[in-house]
Amino acid sequence: MEQLTFGTLIAVFEEIFGGVLFWLMVVAAVLVTVAYLYVLVRDRSVSMRKFLLAQLSMPIGAVAAVVFVQVMTHSQLRDIGGPVDLIVVLGIAVVGAIGMAILVYTAQSLLRGKSE
Amino acid sequence: MKELFETTASRRAFMGLFAGGVAAAAVQPAVAQAVQTSARIVIIGAGAAGTSLANRLVERLDGADITILDPSATHLYQPGLSLVAAGLKPSSYTESQTADWLPSGVSLITEAAAAIDPVAKTVGTSGGQTLAYDFLVVAPGLVLDHDAIEGFSLDMVGSNGIGALYAGPQYAAKTWEAASKFAEEGGVGLFTRPATEMKCAGAPLKHTFLIDDIAKRTAGEGKHEIHYAANNNSLFGVPIVSEKVRMLFEDRGITAQYSHVLKSVDAGAKIATFATPEGDAEMEYDYLHVIPPQRAPDVIRESGLSWADKWTDQGWVEVDMKTLRHLRYPDIFALGDVAGVPKGKTAASVKWQVPVVEDHLVAAINGNEGTAIYDGYTSCPLITRVGRAMLIEFDYRNNLTPSFPGVIAPLEELWISWLMKEVALKATYNAMLRGKA
Repeated sequence: MEQLTFGTLIAVFEEIFGGVLFWLMVVAAVLVTVAYLYVLVRDRSVSMRKFLLAQLSMPIGAVAAVVFVQVMTHSQLRDIGGPVDLIVVLGIAVVGAIGMAILVYTAQSLLRGKSE
Repeated sequence: MKELFETTASRRAFMGLFAGGVAAAAVQPAVAQAVQTSARIVIIGAGAAGTSLANRLVERLDGADITILDPSATHLYQPGLSLVAAGLKPSSYTESQTADWLPSGVSLITEAAAAIDPVAKTVGTSGGQTLAYDFLVVAPGLVLDHDAIEGFSLDMVGSNGIGALYAGPQYAAKTWEAASKFAEEGGVGLFTRPATEMKCAGAPLKHTFLIDDIAKRTAGEGKHEIHYAANNNSLFGVPIVSEKVRMLFEDRGITAQYSHVLKSVDAGAKIATFATPEGDAEMEYDYLHVIPPQRAPDVIRESGLSWADKWTDQGWVEVDMKTLRHLRYPDIFALGDVAGVPKGKTAASVKWQVPVVEDHLVAAINGNEGTAIYDGYTSCPLITRVGRAMLIEFDYRNNLTPSFPGVIAPLEELWISWLMKEVALKATYNAMLRGKA
């Protein structure tokens, strides 16, 4: 069974963030996703105004995600040593950006309600 | 060809936690039906090798009487010691309970092996029990011979600028106390390695690179003079890696002292004496990192299991380098540090050795020959500073065997390789202990 299992992958993330923080993050991600789906179904359309603010927040999410991972792994930007490192950083940034956009959109929808 | 592909694929899965390994996660090979047997199997040592093998054998065998001997209640994640000794992790990072990793159905005896009789096929324990076996797996690890360094004792570690990270989690933490003081105050740092075979020959280099980096960041450039004392004329057993390390040393301003083997320490005067081809050489230090000579435990050497014509001062078990089976006693296998094979005293080696022994052992129980071969693969995420490492993988023939050629270059200092060492390795190691990776 020399395979990477889903369990191993979970263990890696627990290792990076610590067990408690990792599972809190998973719960938070699930809650935000459910809330996002809820507002989409409730509103029956995507609000472009809310979406604009969500888009504007994406760079903040990207930077925050990269800084977060670096702090957790004793790393700095100067440690980027090759193309593959750049790809990893960009990947983390993309995930952070999308996560932030969903979070901001959902938060607006929940706080302001259906009306614009 | 299929086998080659599987080996490559699984190695990728092992090393490639960040490189899209999720696809591999969905693939689980069919589990072969368990073999019915009443064989008595004794495993000496519940470290990385013994524990991993026990977990795998329990899956493969039905009815086997498996006993594992280990006097230590604490299991050590030894790859973490380098991080503890650089202040990056607490000592608790490397510690867990031995019993927690063992499957039910295996009896753990918390005693050491005191005698092995390979003819009568028995193991005597330190508590006076005698265990008869049909198959014996010897995996007790190795012994650090601190007494071989004149003037040195473990109680010195942590004060007076002396470190010794190999000695265990507490000593690794004390090593950081001494090393961090050196980083702040500056001075001369001497980093040594023994002339014997040793656990993870990359670790002396990692400690040198890490403390050099931390020292420069802490007190600034130009306040430290770092010397690496190599045991011979190279810096690493694999020539191409040695050459790369030489270049990195030049870049960092680290001086390589070739053929300097630490012989004695005068802790009061802060002078280390090295045996060199030109006779003894004395060097003053403000920080000295000691890694003592390493040998097989006495019980191995006294039971006649060691090589008679190789490593005679160290006593590693005489095994076939491809199957890890004893050359004179076919019902005995050796795994991990104690195995008398070139290279391979690392957890990554163990990862590749255990399935080979499992294959041959289960085949022997079935009355046929195993087919798995160990090619000497090992890997060393060679840390070159906080935040970067080189993912070096190689085999018996000193060939580099990169898992991701063209993506993760073996001789390139990369952040992703650091991430593997710092965060992915322990999770993978734990999965290996459970027999799952």
